[in-house]
Amino acid sequence: MSNSLINISFKNAKKENRPALLTYTVAGDNTKKKSLEILKSISEYADICELGFPHNTPIADGGQIQTSAYRAIKNGIQINDVFSIVKSFKKTKKNKPIILMGYYNMIYQFNENKFIKKCKESKVDGLIVVDLPYPENKIFASKCKKKKINFIQLISPTTSKKRRNQIIKDSHDMIYYISMLSTTGGKLKVSPKKILQEYTKIKKQNKLKNIVIGFGITEKTIKSLKKADGLVVGSAICKEITNSIKKRQNTVTNVTNVVKRLKNKIK
Amino acid sequence: MKLKKKIALIDQHNKFGFWGGKFGGSFIPETLKKPVEDLTKKFQKLRKDKKFLKKRDFYFKNYVGSPTSFIKLEKLTDHLNGAQIWAKVVSEANGGAHKIYNATVHALICKSMGKKYIVGDTGAGYAGKMLSMAAKKFGLKCKIFMGAKDIKRQKPNCDAMRKNGAEIIPVYSGSQTLVDAVSECMRYWVSNCDNTHMCVGSTVGPNIFVKICGWSTAQISRELKIQIKDEFKKIPKKIKLINCVGGGSSAYGFWSNFIDYDKKQVELIGVEAGGPENSKLHAAPLSRNAKIGILHGAASYVCQNKDGQIEETESISAGLDYPGVSPIHCFLKDTRRARYTYATDEEALNAYKMVTHFENLNPSLEPSHAFAEAIKIAPKLNKETIIIVNSCGDAKKDRDIIKQKLGKY
Repeated sequence: MSNSLINISFKNAKKENRPALLTYTVAGDNTKKKSLEILKSISEYADICELGFPHNTPIADGGQIQTSAYRAIKNGIQINDVFSIVKSFKKTKKNKPIILMGYYNMIYQFNENKFIKKCKESKVDGLIVVDLPYPENKIFASKCKKKKINFIQLISPTTSKKRRNQIIKDSHDMIYYISMLSTTGGKLKVSPKKILQEYTKIKKQNKLKNIVIGFGITEKTIKSLKKADGLVVGSAICKEITNSIKKRQNTVTNVTNVVKRLKNKIK
Repeated sequence: MKLKKKIALIDQHNKFGFWGGKFGGSFIPETLKKPVEDLTKKFQKLRKDKKFLKKRDFYFKNYVGSPTSFIKLEKLTDHLNGAQIWAKVVSEANGGAHKIYNATVHALICKSMGKKYIVGDTGAGYAGKMLSMAAKKFGLKCKIFMGAKDIKRQKPNCDAMRKNGAEIIPVYSGSQTLVDAVSECMRYWVSNCDNTHMCVGSTVGPNIFVKICGWSTAQISRELKIQIKDEFKKIPKKIKLINCVGGGSSAYGFWSNFIDYDKKQVELIGVEAGGPENSKLHAAPLSRNAKIGILHGAASYVCQNKDGQIEETESISAGLDYPGVSPIHCFLKDTRRARYTYATDEEALNAYKMVTHFENLNPSLEPSHAFAEAIKIAPKLNKETIIIVNSCGDAKKDRDIIKQKLGKY
C-alpha cells in the first residue's frame, strides 16, 4: 500500500523534516455537525486525522476521551453517523487521511465485512481497533488489506521482543507505539529519552514502516518526541473541547488553536 | 457445539480461548497481552503444583471454612408440598459468600507472582470484601473499584472493606454500577500491570480470569457431591441444582462436578435478574435472549443496543446487576446443558420473605432469585425430586434494601 494517503502524508512531513501530526477527536463530540466542523478545521494543520467511534465501555481510555465519548453518545451519535461524517469530510478534503478508531464490539455488531465495505465507501484510510490485538486480529487485518484499508497494529512497552517482531511483520503502513503503561491521556510517566529508545528498536526492525507515538502527548511534551515519524495527540484535544463547552466558547476556534500550536512546536 | 466429558468446562476452549468456538476469548488492549500471558502461564503451572494445591486446600479448610453445610429445608418443603428442597449454605463461608474462594486463590497467585498490590471490582460488595480480607490475610495492598450507586446501596460490605484496610475507589462513570467498576478496574490494571495483580470478581473477563474464578469456586460442587452421596448413598435419580446467575461464578462452582451427568438426572437451572416487574430494564442476557457481544474482554450474550453500546441494567440485587454473563454459561445455554430463566425483583423479595419465614436461613437478594424459581417449580414436582439451591450469599449486606422494601429486616 505504498501509495496510500497515509504513506504519502508521512513522506510529506519527512520532506519538511518534521514528524507527522496526528489528531484524535471523537465523532459526534459534542454534536455531529460540530465534530465535522472541528475535523475540517484542524485538518488544515494535522497530517492525519484519527476519528473515534465512541463506545460506552471503553476499557483503555482515560477520563478525557471517556467524557468526549459519553457526550457524543448522549447527543445521539450512531455508527452510521460516523461514516457520514467521514464521507462529508472527504468531499472537501479528499487527500487528508482518516483513521477510524474504536472498540471491536461496534464492528462485530455491524458485521466485519459490512463494516469494511462501509469504510471503503466513505473513504476511510485506516482502522485502529483497541481491543483486537495480534494474533486475534489476523483475519480482520487481512480483510482490511484486501480493501486497501490500513489496519494499524499497536505495540506497547509490555510487548515482548518476539511478539514485537511478529506484529511488525504483520503490520501495514503504520504502527502505533504506546508510550507507557497507561490509558489514554495519562501523565507522561516515562522520560522521552526512554520512549525514543523503545521507538528506535521498532524502527530498526523495519525502516519502511511509519511508527507513531501516542498516549500522554500534550503541548508540553510534544517537542521532546520530535524524532518520531509521527505523534498522536488525543486527550489534550478532547480536554479543550470540554473546557470550551464549559466556558461557552467556540470549540472549533479553540481546538484549532491547540492543534496549530502543536504543529508549531514540531516544525 | 458440543460439551466434552471428563474435561473441566473451564478447559474446554480452543487456542484463542473461545468456548464453543465463539464465547470468551481475550479482547484486550496490547498492553495487557503480556500480563495476561504471564498470568496464564503461572496459573497453568500452579494448578499442577502439589505444594500450591496443598496450600489452597489448607486455606479453603482453615480460612474459608470448608465444607459449608448441606441442609434440608424441612418446613419450606412441607409448605410447598412437592419436591424436597435442600440448600447448600455457601454463605457460611468466611465473609458470608462464595466470593471468598476466588479472592483467596487470586491472593495466593498474586503472592507467588511476587506482586505486592492487588486490585478488584465489586458489585454487591462481596467480591470486594473478600478480596480485602484475603489481601489483609496475605499482606497485600488492596484497591477495590465500586460503582458509586453500589457504594450507597451496599454499605455494610463497604464498611467491611475499609475495616480490612482496602481503599475503595468510587466509579462515577456510566451507570455507576458493576459494569463501570469492572471497566475502571481494567483501566487501572492497564496503567499499573507491572506491579499489580488484578482479580476479576466473577467468571467473566478475558479467558484466564474465567478459568481462575471457575477453578476456585468449583470447590462448592466438590463438597456437594460428597455430601449428596453421604446423604442419599448415591446421586439421586432426579436432582435440580438451582443457582442465581449474574456473572455466573457461584453457578459454575455449584455445577462444575455435575455437568457430565445426563440432564434428565441432574438438571442445571440458572436464574438471572429480571429487574422490577414494571421496568423494561433487566440483567438477564441469557434468558431474555440478548445478542452476542464483546464486553470486558470476552464475547458473551450481552444486553446491548443495535450499535453495540452496552445497555443499562436494573436489578434489586447489585451482585446480579451486570449486562454480560460468563462465556461458560453461554456455552452451557447453547449446548442446552443448563436452562436459564429469570426472577423479578418482586419475586426475589417474596422468596426472601418465604424462606426467612419458614427457615433459619438468611439468603441475600442474589440467591433469593434462585429460591424464587425453586418455590415456583417445587409444588409441581414429586417428593422424590431433590431441589438444591445454592444459598451463596448472606443478606446482612441487604439490610437497608430489605428494610425499605419489606418494612423490617
